[in-house]
Formats: sequence, C-alpha cells, structure tokens
Amino acid sequence: MAINQDTILRVAHLARLQVSEQDCEETTSRLNDILSMVDQLQQADVGDIAPMAHPLDVHQPLRQDIITETDIRAEVMPIAPAQEDNCYLVPRVIE
Amino acid sequence: MQWETVIGLEVHVQLNTQTKIFSGSSTQVGAEANSQASLIDLGMPGTLPVLNREAVNKAILFGLAINADINRHSAFERKNYFYPDLPKGYQTTQLEHPIVGAGIVEIELADGRKKNVRIHHAHLEEDAGKSLHEDFHGMSGIDLNRAGTPLIEIVSEPDLSTSEEAVAFARKLHSIVTSIGICDGEMSQGSLRFDVNVSVRLKGEEKLGTRTETKNLNSFKFMERAIALEVERQIDVLEDGGTITQETRLFDADTNTARAMRSKEDANDYRYFPCPDLLPVNVSEAEIEALRDALPELPDTRKARFIEQYSLSSYDADMLAGDLNMANYFEAVVTQANDAKLAANWVTGELAARLNASDLNIQNSPVSATDLGQIIVRLKDDTISSKIAKQVLEACWNGEGSPDQVIEAKGLKQMSDSGELEKIVDQLIADNATQAQAYRDADENKRKKMFGFFVGQAMKATQGKANPQQINALLEKKLTQ
Repeated sequence: MAINQDTILRVAHLARLQVSEQDCEETTSRLNDILSMVDQLQQADVGDIAPMAHPLDVHQPLRQDIITETDIRAEVMPIAPAQEDNCYLVPRVIE
Repeated sequence: MQWETVIGLEVHVQLNTQTKIFSGSSTQVGAEANSQASLIDLGMPGTLPVLNREAVNKAILFGLAINADINRHSAFERKNYFYPDLPKGYQTTQLEHPIVGAGIVEIELADGRKKNVRIHHAHLEEDAGKSLHEDFHGMSGIDLNRAGTPLIEIVSEPDLSTSEEAVAFARKLHSIVTSIGICDGEMSQGSLRFDVNVSVRLKGEEKLGTRTETKNLNSFKFMERAIALEVERQIDVLEDGGTITQETRLFDADTNTARAMRSKEDANDYRYFPCPDLLPVNVSEAEIEALRDALPELPDTRKARFIEQYSLSSYDADMLAGDLNMANYFEAVVTQANDAKLAANWVTGELAARLNASDLNIQNSPVSATDLGQIIVRLKDDTISSKIAKQVLEACWNGEGSPDQVIEAKGLKQMSDSGELEKIVDQLIADNATQAQAYRDADENKRKKMFGFFVGQAMKATQGKANPQQINALLEKKLTQ
C-alpha cells in the first residue's frame, strides 16, 4: 500500500500539523518506506492468533470512586491566552 | 408512494459516580466553571488516567438489566478530533471491545402492543466539556467541569419504525437506568441525551435509505418533534427526485426547525487506535455475578409486582412503576394509608396534576408521601370528604402544616353528627318550601336533577363539611315525608 501527497496533507490537516510543500515530498516518501515495511509484516500468517490489546499480560487497575482532586483553577487558568468569568476563551466555534 | 421510516438511537447516559471516569475530580453539577477540572481532565502532558471502578460496575449493571453479554475483556481507544471542549484532542472511548455486548429492551406502546428493540452494544466513554456561546463578546467560553464525566453510550439496532416507538424506547431506557441507580435521569441537565438516526425507504424495499443523525435531543417531546420533522423533510426531498445526504443535523426546539451541522466524517477520519495509556479491562465472572445479585428491581418486574400486590390496573401500574422515585413515593403512601387503590388515584391524579402544573419532579413534591398518606387516612375514617381532602392537599402543598393541623386549624372536620345535620336539613327544606313541594310533585326522572339542588344547598350551609352519605340519606327521608 502506498500513499500520495494528498493523503499526507489530509492527515496533517486532521491532526492539525503543518507540513510545508517542500517537506511534503520527503514525508510522503519516508512514510511509504514505513508502509512497505508494514506490508512485509502483513505477509506473516497470523490467522490463528487473536489480536493483542497490550504486549504484556497485565490489566487495568481500577480506582475507588473517591474525590481526590482539588480545585486548581487559580494555578492553571493563567496559562491560557484568554479567560473570563472562570471560563477559557477561544475563537467562536459555532457557525 | 408509501414510505416506511427506520429509526435507530444512540443514547448517552451520564453515570452518577462521585468522580470522573479517569480522575478523582468531583462530578457534582452546578459548581463554579472549571473548578472541577484536574490536570488529567485538562489533558496535561505527563498525566495518566486511572479507570473508576464504579463507572465499570454501573456499565455492567446496565448490561445485566438488558440481558446483554458482558464482555470479560474490554479495551479503550482514542477517537481523535479537534474541538475546544475536548482538551486532549481525543475522546477516550471504546470501539472494537465495548464492555456491554448485544442485548434486548422490550417496549410497550399505547395500544398495548409489545416490541423488542435490539441493543447493538453499550460502551464506556468520557464526556466532553461545555462550550458557551453567549455573553463572551464574539468568543466562546469553555467550562471543563463536565470533561471526563463517565458516560455509557447505548447503541440500538435500527428496529424502530415510528416516533412513538422511539419515544417509548427512550422512556424505557430512562426508566431502566434510573431504576438500577446508575443515572439521576435529569434530562434538562443533559444526564440523558439522544441522537436519532432516521432514514426512509419505499414500503417493501429491503435496502436501508441514507440516514441522517439529529444530535443531542434532551427531551422526549423534542425527540418526537425532531423525528416527525426529519421524516417529512426526507420524504419531500425524495419525492421531488432529490437524494438524502448523510449528515448531522441540529434541532432547534424554539423554532421547531432543524439544519445540517456538518457532513458526517467517515469513521476513518477519527483515526481510532487503542489508547496506550490504558490497559485492557478485565472483569471476572465472580464480579459479574456479585453485580447480578445486587441488581435492583427492574421496571418490568416492579410493574408486574404492583399489579399483583396492589391489584392496580396495567395503566396505573405503568405510571407508578416506570419511575423509581414515583414508585417509592407511591409505596410510602400505601404504607401510611393502607389503601393501594386510593393511593394510586391520588398520586396519579391530584398530585401528578399539581406537580405537572408546577413543573416539579416527585422528589421535589411539597407534599410528602407521609402527608398524602395521612390525608387518605382521614378520608377513609370519614374525618373529611374527598372534596375537603383536595383542600387539605392544597394547604399542605402551600406549607400550611400537616394534614391534621390543617383540618384542625381550618375547622374542616366533616359534620357527621346526625342531630346537627338533621336540623340543617329541616331548616333548608323550610327555607325552600316551594322547591320541596315541586320535588314531591315531580316524577322519578325529574327528581334526580332536583335532588342535586338540595345537596348543593346543604353543602353550602356546611361549607362543604357535611358527610355526603348522611346528607343524601337525610334529604331523601325528609323530602319524601
């Protein structure tokens, strides 16, 4: 499977990554190298093996439902570029 | 042309845990904006989510309630998209391995017809924050208190074919999740939100038409209207030779209109992948069995019990058993009043009407179950008539004291002293001698109507406090003498 520059630009847009035109060609070729390695892996016969969700045989520890966090607004809110009435301000998002 | 509607629902249910699904932040509603958003909820680098056991248990309880397969191994994935109320840039959710597999929800329609609606699966995920578009002079305000609140998303098969069925299904889910205590059921607070997938096809056609999704409906009434609107729109488009675009639509309850929000991105655009921060979730058979043992009474079981135990009609049982708070209130009234039929009549009648008119839930009823039970006790022991009982209820509603206090303070005790009543009736007949004579001269049919006049006068003379049976008997005797 090979991808072209259009796919690179589309994925970059979805991930909000900036890929310049001159980088696009190189990125496409490097990603295609990776994909050809994946193609090689795909040739292994894994028909009898269940997909693995995690490489180690461990599972998620669970937390008790008890409040442990405190209000940290005063420390974190000033990091944002704009805030008002205890809200973070962003460019208007609704059409 | 004969059209057929196909409807499927996706329902988001906020789980009523104390803390968020992946952090120890409070989920309390109504706190100051952003005061309940921890570093994990804010998606800060270097933080790790830890799954809340209660959220898992509540999801499993739902699965057990709908007879679904509980998946002993489930896993979380990242659904990637950018929106300001999603600070991590992805929603942690389940896709390939949801915790709850296929199940069944039975609905009952107004005509008594029953139908099984298949549940495709239900999965655990986190809620996003809230975007506020008013009062920020051209900007949007973001409140992340809700970010990370645990949700289950219940996905139905497209088994519904009318808005009535869709609403019955939504009501049934509401009844189940509140009955098993996993959700507070406050629709106006967004505790349950419905996305409705609608498509139409020609009758007899096998293939499904292109569907649209109307998102975030948070009332049964809006849901019914939104479906009707969308079905009509799709039929109009198709009959004019057009085609339906797969899109997400937004319903505006104020104008009763809907508009396209964005064309639905195909699933690939979300670039799902297993969340590397979270390990697979394992639940043991023993844990599932312990939850099964702890499963509270389900609405259907309760309805059957109400019919059996209290000899209620199916209709009354439906009204009382569907909502857990309503059911608890009713049973408390029965305990107090020791009369299920009267308790059912008063709870579904007078009280329900008052609650409706004031837009109140039964949990917020100004009249407690004990008070209503006491009113019924006084009605049964003939202290008050049913007309006066309504007055007592009103006074209790207005906070004027307990039923006995109200009856005492307002002198509402029924007059059952036959000597005193007899005097009043004698006086009444003397004062209305002409009418009394006319009554005696009248034939049986006319008498019935005329009799009402004397009852009315007697009630007037006693300010409604006369025992109606006694008054009737006395009047009958005296008028025919």
